[in-house]
Amino acid sequence: MDYVIDLIRQLTGEALAPTTAAFAIAAIGLNIHFGFTGLINMGQAAFLLLGAYGFAISLTSGLPLGLAVLIGMACGLVFALILGVPTLKLRGDYLAIVTICAAEIIRMVGRSSILTDVTGGSNGITGSSYRDPFTALSPLPDGQTTVLWFTYDNNGVNGWWIRIVAWALVALLCVIVFLLSRSPWGRVLKGIREDEDAVRSLGKNVFSYKMQALVFGGVIGSLAGIIYVLPSSVQPDALGRSTTFFIWTALLLGGAATVFGPVLGAILFFVVRLLIRTLAGDFIPASIMSNQQADQFSYVLVGVALMCLIIFRPQGILGNKKELSFSV
Amino acid sequence: MKPDTTIAGRAPLRPALIVTVLALLLGLAGAFVSVTLAPSAAHAQGGATASCQADASTGCIQGSIRTSDGEPATGVVVDVTGPGGFEGTAEVDGTGRWAVPVTEAGEYAVQLDEESLPDGQFLRNAETERSVDATLGANKSVIFQLTQTEGEVSGAAASSFNWDRLAQQFASGIRLGLLLALAAIGLSLIYGTTGLSSFSHGEQVTLGGLLAYVFANQLGMNIFLAATITVILCAATGFIQDWAIWKPLRRRGLSLTQLMIVTIGLSIALQYAFQYFFGAATVRIQTANPTTVTFAGVTLTVQSYVAMGISVIVLVLTGLFLTKTRTGRATRAVSDNPALAAASGIDVDRIIRLVWTVAAGLAGLSGVMLGLVLNGVNWMTGLQILLLMFAAVTLGGLGTSFGALAGSLIIGVIVELTNLVLPGDFKYATALLILIVILLFRPQGIFGRAERIG
Repeated sequence: MDYVIDLIRQLTGEALAPTTAAFAIAAIGLNIHFGFTGLINMGQAAFLLLGAYGFAISLTSGLPLGLAVLIGMACGLVFALILGVPTLKLRGDYLAIVTICAAEIIRMVGRSSILTDVTGGSNGITGSSYRDPFTALSPLPDGQTTVLWFTYDNNGVNGWWIRIVAWALVALLCVIVFLLSRSPWGRVLKGIREDEDAVRSLGKNVFSYKMQALVFGGVIGSLAGIIYVLPSSVQPDALGRSTTFFIWTALLLGGAATVFGPVLGAILFFVVRLLIRTLAGDFIPASIMSNQQADQFSYVLVGVALMCLIIFRPQGILGNKKELSFSV
Repeated sequence: MKPDTTIAGRAPLRPALIVTVLALLLGLAGAFVSVTLAPSAAHAQGGATASCQADASTGCIQGSIRTSDGEPATGVVVDVTGPGGFEGTAEVDGTGRWAVPVTEAGEYAVQLDEESLPDGQFLRNAETERSVDATLGANKSVIFQLTQTEGEVSGAAASSFNWDRLAQQFASGIRLGLLLALAAIGLSLIYGTTGLSSFSHGEQVTLGGLLAYVFANQLGMNIFLAATITVILCAATGFIQDWAIWKPLRRRGLSLTQLMIVTIGLSIALQYAFQYFFGAATVRIQTANPTTVTFAGVTLTVQSYVAMGISVIVLVLTGLFLTKTRTGRATRAVSDNPALAAASGIDVDRIIRLVWTVAAGLAGLSGVMLGLVLNGVNWMTGLQILLLMFAAVTLGGLGTSFGALAGSLIIGVIVELTNLVLPGDFKYATALLILIVILLFRPQGIFGRAERIG
């Protein structure tokens, strides 16, 4: 019984972790690309990485926090514009290949030895060099607080302050997406997803709307990157192709084109993976499956889950099948 | 439009699809009880080394030295000198690591004792001394890379231009291009006949390399026998995949985007399955040090020449098959227009099954030879060249096999020539940039026809 209670504590802790919130935000951004507009962006991790770089490098060079966040978001905006101008006219799978390549280029340039002075090369930027201004902003007193069974430092590296900010941002973005999806603007996006030519024949500038969606989702992705690196460090290799695919898995699991789907998907992605890892680590002897292998095993299941999801339930848990169209 | 997809999405679940899912799950369950091939020694790279723990008054200068075949370079001596007459010496331990604790921040000189290097190992870039800025409470890593060739210089360090290097890089580029072409032709055939951009094709390459490692290294078979068995097994995986996954999915009427995401899921599952069984370290198919041959001023290993020869033969055979045989012509007909091909009596499903089989076999062969030529194979070998394959296929024209060959050669040469002017980190980036530019300005590629773009 103690084991079960302990496990539940761990799982709920994982569900509330800042990284989970960062994934949820990234998936909300991707949802605007894919769920609402039908753009197959396979480079979402690059938006996170650029946001993180812009934020961290601004802070380490002494700019104030607010400006650093704006610069992080601006990096995502510029990347979306550069990516969008030429690619938004391409067919779905071409767009996927271009975005995945652009994301890889960003990562390779970020980790290159030439830029070691700026980006820290493949070692990245350590969290302690940019974290302090954010922690200093906390209104919470020092010390620890326990709510239910969650005990964290108030202002520590991975404490309550970052959790509150991250989840408040998730809630805010959910509200914005909810309002936008019911707005005329959101309806045009859905129209583009369903039938681009029909929307064009109504006199709407499809390219402009697609670009707005790409920029909006990308900027949200950059915010996710900032949240992602605040409790850890900026590591270019941690935000590579796999991260993009995991964000996709989270989005498709929760349900694309829904408001809460991305959030639910991100939480489930982390909680279920931790559950598999813990159960495999505790009940299977290390001689058969080491802890490391249990981790890899959980990722194998992620891959299989992604395949099964897209085949058997492409609309995810919360989605509506009619709301989902895979163009091409 | 395939004739069999007109019953869009209403077809009942195909038994094969259910079998697949069950088989995947069973396979995973089987993984519980199977024995790992590469014991997890490779994972045991901890944070701080035993001999040095960084704290407020101590900093660590440390590193890990491995021989060119990835074994710990035990016994290599590293001397550290620094401010205040500091002198420290460390010897590489059994896990390949060394560490020197220092108690004062500042600039230290780290020198590798070349006398202590194992026989046949040389320091890459021939730069025995590094300087490092150590701080207290932190680990500073110093990297020394070992190589088998005396005086070898890695791209990052030397960007001075000379004709010898140009010739050498050009030859390496042709070598990479030929091996890339083997895998890329399969990718192109799959795209041509089914319209699918398969993201799991890279893992087919990795599978070939790893299976060759099992047969040639673990089981000690002759390399040619091992390669033959590997290629047959890889081709079988292609056949089984089409039977179990792709054909049922085509019948279900999944869109191409959905199918693409299925291949991404498959790719993730396979990557981590490889790590599960083989660990994250690079494994070598042949452990003996390769002999090199200098021909026309270009030095390559014997394996490289053999691999290039085999690729050329296989590529020519594939070309002859596609142009001269009935089945080959049928394949090109399906590539051109599946509906018309079906109407003229070609069994489209049989052709697609054949294409998957051949594509997986060729990818496996490419993986075996890449593993031999690049001195090893690991779980991300295929992942790294997947985008190069896409670049090659797109450059040549999606769906055209001869374009894939030309595109591969161009991409291979570009990747290796990038090393002449830019650090090694950028060599794949240029290829990807070319891919983006091609997609933007001539999406049909060099040999493709304009009607292919959508």
